[in-house]
Amino acid sequence: MSTLQTPSPTSVPHVPDLPRADTPKRQRAHPGRWISAVIGLALLALLVRAFAMGQIRWDVVGQFLTARVIIVGFGWTLLISACALALGVALGFAFGIMRTAANPTLRFAAWLYVWIFRGTPVLLQLLIWFNIGLVFPRLYIPGLIDERMVDVITPFVAAVLGLGVNEGSYLTEVVRGGIGSVDRGQIEAAHTVGMTPGQTMRRIVLPQTLRLILPTLGNSAVGMLKFSSLAATIAMGEMLNAAQRIYFINGAVIELLFVCAIWYLAGTTMLSIGQFYLERHFGRGAAGSEPGKQWFRMRPRRAAVSGGA
Amino acid sequence: MSLAVKAVGVRKSFGSHEVLKGLDLEVAYGEVLCILGPSGSGKSTFLRCINHLEVPDSGYVWVDGSIMGYEHRGDVLQELPVARLRAQQRRLGMVFQHFNLFAHRTVLGNVIEGPMVVRGLRRTEAEARAMQLLDQVGMAGRASSYPAQLSGGQKQRVAIARALAMEPSVMLFDEPTSALDPELVGEVLEVMRGLAKGGTTMIVVTHEIGFAREVADRVLVMIDGEIRETGKPGQVLSEPGDPRVRTFLSRVLS
Ligand SMILES: Nc1ncnc2c1ncn2[C@@H]1O[C@H](COP(=O)(O)OP(=O)(O)OP(=O)(O)O)[C@@H](O)[C@H]1O
Ligand SMILES: [Mg+2]
Repeated sequence: MSTLQTPSPTSVPHVPDLPRADTPKRQRAHPGRWISAVIGLALLALLVRAFAMGQIRWDVVGQFLTARVIIVGFGWTLLISACALALGVALGFAFGIMRTAANPTLRFAAWLYVWIFRGTPVLLQLLIWFNIGLVFPRLYIPGLIDERMVDVITPFVAAVLGLGVNEGSYLTEVVRGGIGSVDRGQIEAAHTVGMTPGQTMRRIVLPQTLRLILPTLGNSAVGMLKFSSLAATIAMGEMLNAAQRIYFINGAVIELLFVCAIWYLAGTTMLSIGQFYLERHFGRGAAGSEPGKQWFRMRPRRAAVSGGA
Repeated sequence: MSLAVKAVGVRKSFGSHEVLKGLDLEVAYGEVLCILGPSGSGKSTFLRCINHLEVPDSGYVWVDGSIMGYEHRGDVLQELPVARLRAQQRRLGMVFQHFNLFAHRTVLGNVIEGPMVVRGLRRTEAEARAMQLLDQVGMAGRASSYPAQLSGGQKQRVAIARALAMEPSVMLFDEPTSALDPELVGEVLEVMRGLAKGGTTMIVVTHEIGFAREVADRVLVMIDGEIRETGKPGQVLSEPGDPRVRTFLSRVLS
């Protein structure tokens, strides 16, 4: 302070007339936003016009949108996705916990699982599961099961196994990252109140892991809905397969593909909405968490925490 | 006076750095012991060895009638299974410098977690007892808040209630006020003073010389992994015999 020159009263500059405290304020205009909105709308209109005038029979799209085969196919799509996601999440948690285990055998087993199933294409895995009967003609577990493999591995089972086991390998890494980012101090605190490693994992670590990886799980669900279309290649009668069988006969290729696109979009939109509410529910107690009110944001959202992958 | 804690020749190294150089200690039931010492002298490590968060390389700690983490069989100390170690650990309440509250649980949820999961109390029982403890630390009004919504002093008082809820024989405090803004230190020390008056056995690592002087039955000064001085606070703090202790105290007292 002492080094600063304190102006003597006589040298205080004359203060010009300053506005009153309650002077109304006007926000800055954002011409760029308006211009880009107009350009965007114009481009959108052009696109819509192009498709409206293109070689698409929209009445055929409308007609097949609610066709029974398509709806049943979409039902299979949803069922495959749900089962594969459930399997993936179960495997992801099981192997993700194993990845952090003290027992080196468990850690290695989990590493091997990730190495194999994350390192090969999911379409290839689907085809291998579907044809696994070529390697093991019979599935024989003493006292439990003794059947021909082709009877056990139906296209549906192959699709769920292929997609689920593959997803599990990604989620293993996500869960491991989530577990690793739970505060060590809280784990020690759990030990000092006498909680065993299992109790600590279930009651302290996993609930917080779940909150951290929820955004990633949401992405998995959306991805799974779309990847389930790969099952069309192993003769699973899900929606894309149903659409293909129809257009091989009536030739309305693009119309039926658009029907599928509309249903997939509807499905992924529902999932995004569900994800928003789930994240809001699990955000309780998180430091600095301020849940949004709407699932769609007009204003940009800060990047959500993600376990990677 | 019967013994609550006895440390016997506790040594601990991290890599080639010997942090604890064979420490011996006895603490009686009802006694309040304050551990002082410069940063890096091994105070936290010693406290963590007492409740077996760190495993001593050699030597052991005997608490409340049994050796932490081991069973004496013939001429060996046999390592105990985790469940039995945890049963020993819960007899020591631990309060950390950085609170370590469970972030996904409310204040009440933090306090009832141990009693319900570990002691098997019913929720109503656990909650009734937890509310008494929260009242004791002045946090009953915030029972449904989450840790992120509390000040440091409030978090630490909840952490103390959480430790007390396990009804431990001994309370360990590792610099419970070091992470707090100066104006929040008092409220935590006040709670600890109350515990000491109530006869709780306490081992407190602290830099609060005033607290040690007023509340401790005994003060211990650690330097470089060794106990250099121990005795009544009046004696140790006013006329330490060890020259290095004198240097340390003159620095913190000024
Ligand atoms: N997990 C660990 N790995 C390696 N070194 C460690 C570990 N924990 C502690 N140390 C080292 O052991 C020494 C003693 O640490 P400790 O935390 O016990 O000191 P302290 O007396 O509690 O100090 P402070 O007053 O700063 O808390 C330090 O040199 C520290 O770097
Ligand atoms: Mg320390």
